[in-house]
Amino acid sequence: MKHRYLPMTESDQKSMLDTIGVSSVDEIFNDIPEQVRFKGEYKIKKAKPESALMKELSQLAGKNADLKANTSFLGAGVYDHYIPVIVDHVLSRSEFYTAYTPYQPEISQGELQAIFEFQTMICELTGMDVANSSMYDGGTALAEAAMLSTGQTKRKKVLVSGAVHPESKEVVETYAKGQYIEVVEVPHKNGVTDLEALEQLMNDEVAAVIVQYPNFFGRIEPMEKIEEISHSFKSMFVVSSNPLALGALTPPGKFGADIVVGDAQVFGIPTAFGGPHCGYFAVTSKLMRKVPGRLVGQTIDDEGRRGFVLTLQAREQHIRRDKATSNICSNQALNALAASVAMTALGKNGVREMAVQNIQKAYYAKNALKEQGIEVVFDGPSFNEFVIKLNKPIKEVNQRLIEKDMIGGYDLGRDFSDLENHMLVAVTELRTKEEIDIFAKELGDYHA
Amino acid sequence: MHKEDQALIFELSKPGRIGYSLPELDVPEIDINELFPEGYVRAEEPELPEVSELDIMRHYTALSKRNHGVDSGFYPLGSCTMKYNPKINENVARFNGFAHIHPLQDESSVQGALELMYDLQEHLIEITGMDQVTLQPAAGAHGEWTGLMMIRAFHEANGDVKRTKVIVPDSAHGTNPASATVAGFETVTVKSNENGLVDIEDLRKVVGEDTAALMLTNPNTLGLFEENILEMAEIVHGAGGKLYYDGANLNAVLSKARPGDMGFDVVHLNLHKTFTGPHGGGGPGSGPVGVKAELIPFLPKPLIVKKGDEFAFDYERPQSIGRVKPYYGNFGINVRAYTYIRSMGPDGLKAVTENAVLNANYMMRRLALHFDLPFDRHCKHEFVLSGKRQKKLGVRTLDIAKRLLDFGYHPPTIYFPLNVEECIMIEPTETESKETLDEFIEAMIQIAKEAEDNPEIVQEAPHTTVVGRLDETMAARKPVLRYQKH
Repeated sequence: MKHRYLPMTESDQKSMLDTIGVSSVDEIFNDIPEQVRFKGEYKIKKAKPESALMKELSQLAGKNADLKANTSFLGAGVYDHYIPVIVDHVLSRSEFYTAYTPYQPEISQGELQAIFEFQTMICELTGMDVANSSMYDGGTALAEAAMLSTGQTKRKKVLVSGAVHPESKEVVETYAKGQYIEVVEVPHKNGVTDLEALEQLMNDEVAAVIVQYPNFFGRIEPMEKIEEISHSFKSMFVVSSNPLALGALTPPGKFGADIVVGDAQVFGIPTAFGGPHCGYFAVTSKLMRKVPGRLVGQTIDDEGRRGFVLTLQAREQHIRRDKATSNICSNQALNALAASVAMTALGKNGVREMAVQNIQKAYYAKNALKEQGIEVVFDGPSFNEFVIKLNKPIKEVNQRLIEKDMIGGYDLGRDFSDLENHMLVAVTELRTKEEIDIFAKELGDYHA
Repeated sequence: MHKEDQALIFELSKPGRIGYSLPELDVPEIDINELFPEGYVRAEEPELPEVSELDIMRHYTALSKRNHGVDSGFYPLGSCTMKYNPKINENVARFNGFAHIHPLQDESSVQGALELMYDLQEHLIEITGMDQVTLQPAAGAHGEWTGLMMIRAFHEANGDVKRTKVIVPDSAHGTNPASATVAGFETVTVKSNENGLVDIEDLRKVVGEDTAALMLTNPNTLGLFEENILEMAEIVHGAGGKLYYDGANLNAVLSKARPGDMGFDVVHLNLHKTFTGPHGGGGPGSGPVGVKAELIPFLPKPLIVKKGDEFAFDYERPQSIGRVKPYYGNFGINVRAYTYIRSMGPDGLKAVTENAVLNANYMMRRLALHFDLPFDRHCKHEFVLSGKRQKKLGVRTLDIAKRLLDFGYHPPTIYFPLNVEECIMIEPTETESKETLDEFIEAMIQIAKEAEDNPEIVQEAPHTTVVGRLDETMAARKPVLRYQKH
């Protein structure tokens, strides 16, 4: 058969078979036992020519209500943010996207240096000493943080705040089963971690206290107090953090966090129905040799030129096999590159400006909704999300909103039985005053 | 800084420059200090670069020129399946209706995405010969761990709690034993025999009542098909264990043999290898997992199901191992893989394997005249050579790899698998032309000659790259893992 991805011609095939010393292609597959040999063709859809396939898939994509054609107030861990146009131009350089892990540093300096820059930017934002080259996402990064803490403290219990993203919490629980780690939830009180409950649950069996900052409800956690409580029991203080928020908020490193993880999707990465995004993993220098995944380090070549290599690989699966700190191999390198380009474009001023805009627009939206007679629950200092209570099921409200080209907020009742009819509203810098006003008005009308 | 050093983006920074264009603030400005308690508004700014848009583009263009991808040249990195990454995949993944949809939107507003995922699952079920597939795992290693967690849940559900061991061949990828550890198992190694295949007698010895599973790559990492697969399946199943298929090498057997027909109970695929999701410089990947019927209850949740003409998420799965990832997997990579499968069709996928295997055997036969061939039989999609002969001349496999850089090639995988001395593992893939293979073979032959006549030129390679061999010992002894402003 002829196909644009398959360059072998009939004459190529003939001369290659001659060199091999066989008369047919089938002969090379003779080592597959007769009983397991697959005969015939897969029962799958026939191939489509390029133009027809583009058309079909474009129509399929068109069945989805996307965030470009609709105004979104949905966040809950994944956000519709400004993506500098330049990001995709850099990502489209195929020297980056068609390369693999930079195991040959001499011809991978571009990727290695870009990762080194990514590691630096994550350290800067989180206030931590060391950051790795990326994880799959914020949720699995949090699970790896829990595992690191139990390995390091030789304790088998972690406390997870009830104000941590429910899906991340579920991922932590799945990993914990594998590692025989006990996961105990610390309830939230009015949308922030309940300190009294935390104190009661603390003892010297706790490997880590895990919180999210800003938390799932958008609120700011009492970081100094949680740090004090965790460290007084020699437990680790683990923080899952939206790195954009850290453009405006004091970084977890300043509050004494031992491990900071999260997702860099907020920087230049499309929502893409939940993935691929870009987990990050940052620690204090004390934990440098316990970090999961790849790390890029600076060194020199035989002529003193600066260069970058994958380093401290004795932690990793390809060297240590069953004794590795993690099983991660492929990570999210291309998305880390996207995040780097976006963080570079935003730079020192833009990250702060964007973070502040999120706070201000969300604050404006909060007040606009209050003016419509809608109750803001768990009200208090927050980043770009907050919770409102309506008198109708959120699913129903969202189905009405989509008819007006709006994507409503997250239905908290899905995860919290006591939060039926509660919506988590996200307002990013992309929402205009007009859009917010319309949204508030619509909700006010339904609520009335 | 050395005069030839490539500047870091931080070194190009100049206060006052910007590279962004944020929306205007059209709501009343408020001082955020009034909104947060004392100590919560960031006092010190993060040291991010201040550069213009052109600075950014030039910087990353310069970096890209210091990087080798499949589009730059031949990349015969064994076990990684560095085939061409079709450009239509990139366009499709960027459609607004795929790139800019939110994972928590109401199901009714993302029917196109669910339909694609469902249909991809159906295609992968047929390709692997399994009964159900989850698209949730983000990469191969993540899929391995997911599969092992399901096997554990299966045994536990049967009250079979003493199965604490996972058997892994000595030629296996490092992720296999590492994933076993993370899933709470102990790893037991089974030896390979002199033919490069799992030693059946040794397998009989290590299998027992404590066996949870055997993890196997077939063809194995030497590129050899495990001919005794049915006997192995019988041994493991006979002892009550499960058979796990590492799909890293699936490119070798499309339309030729399906893991489901070989007796495997759980399979993971690397969509970024066989199914052309680009490797992205190390990721993102996608590692769907397929299972046989008896393991379906344990699949991670949610599962995508079809109800009449509608597609939906099924969360009602009481025996599920739980979530392995927030949301539903690396959707963007799954879109690319789906586009690829639809571009190839059944006859195309069959040709993929046939051409990949033909290319590998052709290279193996030609190179066997100049390098040691440890296993003299037909290989599948990849093969291993040994640099033993060259090592005697003072030229190590590492030197050969570095010398290949001077010819503009990405070297093969080296020193893996661990059971072959001075191993060189070559995987050409089906998307490379005979001319490309011939040129690479000629380069290898020249290097073999240089090893005899002029070993220094190999030992001191590379000679043409932007940096020479880097001091990895220094990097590990005094780690510098971030830029620090002086």
